[in-house]
Amino acid sequence: MKILVAVKRVIDPYAKIRVNADQTGIETHNVKLSMNPFDEIALEEALRLKEQGLASEIIVISIGPIQAQETLRQGLALGADRAILIQTDQDLEPLVIAQLLNRISLREAPQLIILGKQAIDNDANQTGQMLAALLNWPQATFASKVTIDQQRVTVEREIDGGLQTLAFDLPGIITTDLRLNTPRFAKLPNIMKAKSKPLEIIASETLGIDLTPRLTTLSIKPPPIRPKGILVHSVDELIDKLRFEAKVI
Amino acid sequence: MDFTLSDEQRALTEMVEQFTEAEITPNAKDWDEQHHFPIATLRKAADLGLAAMYVKPELGGSGLSRLEAALVFEKLAMGCVSTTAYLSIHNMVTWMIGHYGSSTLHEKYLSHLASMQWTASYCLTESNAGSDAASLITSARRDGDCYIINGAKAFISGATQSHVYAVMVRTGELGPKGISCILVDKDTPGLSFGKLEQKLGWHSQPTAMVFFENCRVPISQLLGVENSGFSIALTALNGGRVNIAACSLGGASACLKASLAYVQERSQFGKNLSQFQHIQFTLATMATQLDAARLMVYRAAAAIDNQDTPLVTQCAMAKKFATDVCFEIANQALQLHGGYGYLKDYPIERFLRDLRVHQILEGTNEIMQTIIAKRLLEA
Repeated sequence: MKILVAVKRVIDPYAKIRVNADQTGIETHNVKLSMNPFDEIALEEALRLKEQGLASEIIVISIGPIQAQETLRQGLALGADRAILIQTDQDLEPLVIAQLLNRISLREAPQLIILGKQAIDNDANQTGQMLAALLNWPQATFASKVTIDQQRVTVEREIDGGLQTLAFDLPGIITTDLRLNTPRFAKLPNIMKAKSKPLEIIASETLGIDLTPRLTTLSIKPPPIRPKGILVHSVDELIDKLRFEAKVI
Repeated sequence: MDFTLSDEQRALTEMVEQFTEAEITPNAKDWDEQHHFPIATLRKAADLGLAAMYVKPELGGSGLSRLEAALVFEKLAMGCVSTTAYLSIHNMVTWMIGHYGSSTLHEKYLSHLASMQWTASYCLTESNAGSDAASLITSARRDGDCYIINGAKAFISGATQSHVYAVMVRTGELGPKGISCILVDKDTPGLSFGKLEQKLGWHSQPTAMVFFENCRVPISQLLGVENSGFSIALTALNGGRVNIAACSLGGASACLKASLAYVQERSQFGKNLSQFQHIQFTLATMATQLDAARLMVYRAAAAIDNQDTPLVTQCAMAKKFATDVCFEIANQALQLHGGYGYLKDYPIERFLRDLRVHQILEGTNEIMQTIIAKRLLEA
């Protein structure tokens, strides 16, 4: 079985996030970038399936600027067999991403595609679902447990009320939640060897997809600074403030 | 001169940084307080290839350069200087076995040392042979196909925990030309340990004397050729000095990082400490000194990689400069933290205690000056 894993290069979850000066986006200069944590989990799951003898090849794919090669190399160091970069300097919307991934899926014919449920930069949480629709494949999103028996994939997923179990026959799409697994660290020798694994770069314009954004971002503003708290001296004062200042009761 | 790291070098430092934050930083305080030797964590590091870093891949090592190893030690030491320093000693001995050992010794040791199922210690110093190491008197006498070792080694890092000891012994004439390096296993009859030393820092690894009383060791345990041990010891120490200096860089980086956070949250006289010019200048000086030390350490590591002729001088200079400056940075960080810096609730005092010994071991910083001056005057 061939598995395709989509990985996105995002601002590191522990980096300080700043809105840029003209309020059109997030400052990415001099900010540490790394693999989207949900995608690390997606790759880890693929690696475990390969270690169980259930997968024969893992392809990591990213869509983004040329620097996204670093993220793909990290995927190769962790154990993916080869990598594909669809190169673009544009900020693409989920539908376009799904369409590009669809193109590659038709070419590579994986039986399973694993994606993070969302990227931590814009939290869209749409690409996996849209890709499933374009491919007309079954999907199991927010996976917290994956079991594969022959062609049958069983996925436990986290929903508001608890856990739901879904099953589908391959091919299909899984998007991963936080508690699916704990990603491994790459081993030193594998980091050094990652460069010798194949990494194909495809220009995004060559895939015949209209990349034009449908949405316009008007402005991005940081949340207001939280004002200092106050100490109330009685329950009556608290009720008064909740009713007349906060207007919540 | 190229000062940028390669993609692989950046990737490996990032990986080690993440490993440090996940596995080392949260535990370092406990290891220090409980004098705990964290073998489980060390084995996790070994699994990532951190225990035989600059041993050749065909011998089961990670095949990194010394510069890359220095980058790794620096990142690890940001979590715990003491544990990283022990790992650096283990790496040094593992390299010695890889570089000088016979294929029999490779077979016997390398895979176990690379996984840290076995750990290693380096035994040069004696009670009366410290800075004057060539005056050592622990002896190995040939008896058939064995050596019989008698004597005692002092200040041995990892003693009691390590499985194998690379011991410098006298096999020939007085002075540096009569010394050999022999590997002695922990379970060899006649090998015993002194009481655990009570130290200022380096609490996550034991230090003790190692005694040899008619210790019978097969001659196949000899590293390199007989009476070449002192040159092995000194060659290993060049790398050891760079490694210890790199550990100092990590400790100082952690102190600087903690100070930057502290001065931005602590207010006095109605403003953040970071708004006082004196604090700003202190931080700027700390960062500049750290960067200068870093450049010297990286250059010395690269000198070993390229076998540049002045490598002995460069390693000595880097060791002296980096360990002095990094201790001073920790001291400044403690001052910036005020009374809190003196408390064990903050990590600064642990870094300060752990970094202090770097000015003493792997050749004191005074010996470093002797080495530098000797070569200056010879030129």
